[in-house]
Amino acid sequence: MIKKIIPFNNLYKTCNLASIILIIISLLLLLIKGLNYGVDFKGGTLIEIRTNDKNISISDLRKSFNKMNLGDVTVKHFGSENDFIVKFEKRNSNKSNFIEEIKNKLTNYIGDNYDFRRVENIGPKVSSELLKSGVIAIGLSLAAMLIYIWIRFEWQFSLGAIIAIFHDVIITLGIFSLFSFEINLSIVAAVLTIIGYSMNDTVVIFDRVRENLKKYLDIEIFELTNISINETLSRTIITSITTLIALLSIYFFGGQILKGFSLAMILGVIFGTYSSIYIANPILVLLNVSQKTILKEDKN
Amino acid sequence: MLYFSKLKIYSVIIFTLLLSYSTASNFFKFDDNFFNRNINLGLDLQGGSYLLLEIDNKPVVTQQLQNKLIQLKKYFKEKKIILKNIVLQDNEKIYFTVARDQIDETKSILDNEDSEINPYFQQFKSHQFNTENFENEFILSFSKYGLIQLKNSSQDQALEIVRRRVDEVGTNEPNILKQGNNRILVELPGLNDPGRIKSLLGKTANLTFRFITQNEEESFGTEKLLFEDGTEEAIVSKRIILSGDNLIDAQPKMDNQINETVVHFNLDRVGAKKFAKATTTGVGKRLAIILDGKIISDPRISEPIIGGSGQITGNFTFQSATDLALLLRSGALPAPLNIVEERTVGPDLGQDSINAGILSLIIGFVLVVVFMTYKYKVFGLIANITLIFNLFLLVGILTLFEATLTLPGIAGIILTVGMAVDANVLIFERVKEEIQSEKNPIIAFDSGYTKSKTAILDANITTLIAAIILFVMGSGPVKGFSVTLGVGIITTLFSVYFIARLLTALYVTKNKFKENLI
Repeated sequence: MIKKIIPFNNLYKTCNLASIILIIISLLLLLIKGLNYGVDFKGGTLIEIRTNDKNISISDLRKSFNKMNLGDVTVKHFGSENDFIVKFEKRNSNKSNFIEEIKNKLTNYIGDNYDFRRVENIGPKVSSELLKSGVIAIGLSLAAMLIYIWIRFEWQFSLGAIIAIFHDVIITLGIFSLFSFEINLSIVAAVLTIIGYSMNDTVVIFDRVRENLKKYLDIEIFELTNISINETLSRTIITSITTLIALLSIYFFGGQILKGFSLAMILGVIFGTYSSIYIANPILVLLNVSQKTILKEDKN
Repeated sequence: MLYFSKLKIYSVIIFTLLLSYSTASNFFKFDDNFFNRNINLGLDLQGGSYLLLEIDNKPVVTQQLQNKLIQLKKYFKEKKIILKNIVLQDNEKIYFTVARDQIDETKSILDNEDSEINPYFQQFKSHQFNTENFENEFILSFSKYGLIQLKNSSQDQALEIVRRRVDEVGTNEPNILKQGNNRILVELPGLNDPGRIKSLLGKTANLTFRFITQNEEESFGTEKLLFEDGTEEAIVSKRIILSGDNLIDAQPKMDNQINETVVHFNLDRVGAKKFAKATTTGVGKRLAIILDGKIISDPRISEPIIGGSGQITGNFTFQSATDLALLLRSGALPAPLNIVEERTVGPDLGQDSINAGILSLIIGFVLVVVFMTYKYKVFGLIANITLIFNLFLLVGILTLFEATLTLPGIAGIILTVGMAVDANVLIFERVKEEIQSEKNPIIAFDSGYTKSKTAILDANITTLIAAIILFVMGSGPVKGFSVTLGVGIITTLFSVYFIARLLTALYVTKNKFKENLI
């Protein structure tokens, strides 16, 4: 049984160009439009409300909260018809009954047919610390990946894998910026997992590239990457499918709170799979990786 | 790779069964102590409040410098050095001058490695205070280590008081921890409305009894203080007759004579003596009872109080009297606390999250199992059995360590289901390739396992690195995600290399003459 070889390498140039354009658009979005930070990173108050009265509309809630003098208030539906998320920047740490007062006022306006299901109230100092530690965590894991692959492979592989990861993370964040999806702590967790997953995918192909470099001494890297991609293709597809099954299941059935997290992961897995084929491998070609590159390694 | 010794087989079986048993202990009750453990549910799943309190150390710094100022005066006087113009600057520095012929002596007293008045050098290679000196002028301010010591001790004290107050309210298994050197984390499982605890923790509860004076020339100095209701002011002496430290008990009580709720208190021996003396000499004066800089009430002393007990009136409701008594019993905080982060989840939202998490776990699991069976038939079944045991191992380990399961943690388990089959897929695909050139299935399987090993290890270690970094840097629910993801990787590797390999070995050796084995 001889498998048909799909010429992935014919599309290297086209896909690289497409990726560069996507990255530029994403970076522009991140620079100009920025990210929609949630209360975790911006500070402020978030209240999840469930109403038991169908007559309470989103505009009733909006009007009521606007009367409370809380600054900029946003009210949004959260999943079902009678679940709402209210966010505002004001918080008052000195007043311990701040939330109670809001509750009392709200009862005055719309009656008591509602529940505060969740309250988050985060001060400016804590939120900026959370943001900082999130950025540091992402930076650290990128550095750790870079070093690990450098130890296990040659620097050309390490560079290829890191550029692929940057590609995935930047485009995922670009999409979050474009649609103003909220960035909170769980998105940081998602980004870190994307880094791990994308690396995972790239490493499997790179491992095969290295093996084939030893096996086929007269095939050039351009062809060799294509052979390696094809040999690992069914694994790449099957693993992406099972991972996506799990993530889609979280997205559709795991509740509102995990929606952003699973969406970021889904995007990350799709781009991660794409980039291990179309970003990581062309970089090996670009850096002229050859049999000599890994022979050095064997001598050591 | 397909060979297993008997010993190995039994150890794998025993290990797997033990952890599966531990998993089961979450659902059934066992008499056994070791296995009678449960996974803790995070606050986002069982509902409850998470409060992060920050200690405002500024008043402590000022207070300590004021004390130091008095100590310095006394200490140097004993050494026959008179400190002139001694004053507290900006609440953070002590300034003084000495006679010009005593500059060197003063310096050596302050900078000596064994200095009594400026300690810590032997311990930290740094004094408690930094000294600056221009000619005969000296400025003392807290050194880095001096400040760290101060913060640590005020954190220790605050932690103790916070614990007492939370315990007094009687919530279910609170979790109170230090964070950094100026924060305290309070987790209150099951508490839906943290309003009361917040208001209790928001008060320093610094209680003093001081006389109200008319003449402002009192030797201890005076200050103007507001009444609790904010309407009136009174001039109060700075001399403290009695403070909250002298209280040994306080209880709310209904006073039938005035038909009002009051707070009844008992004093320790020293306090009782002081109180008796002050009330004897001060009959007819008004005694201000001051809490956190506000006058609660100012009763006129009609007769000496010598029994060592008394009561505080002040328009209390029963609730506010109970709270004041609680605050007085638990003692004063060394410094005010600010709530810098608060997260509260209601119990019904927590239950909804658990239900949604379990539903998506079941759906994800079933779909992955169906897909693998369709794709790999018998070996798909092996992968699926492995997956089931993988979940048992994962939950079993989390249970043994009594880890905290959060909503993102459940997401981590579901993600493990999706990614765990990867290792088996890598192996099966490799075997498929090998079997094309190698007719003996045992050798083909063997080299399939061997050749896929580096890719599997590299791939899993990279994810493990991400999980570890998230564990170190992350907080709260996100940390729960990193735990399940990280432990999931380890159980995946175990189940793939021991359970799945064992099952594969058994199947392949029995069916080695079958065509198209995989």
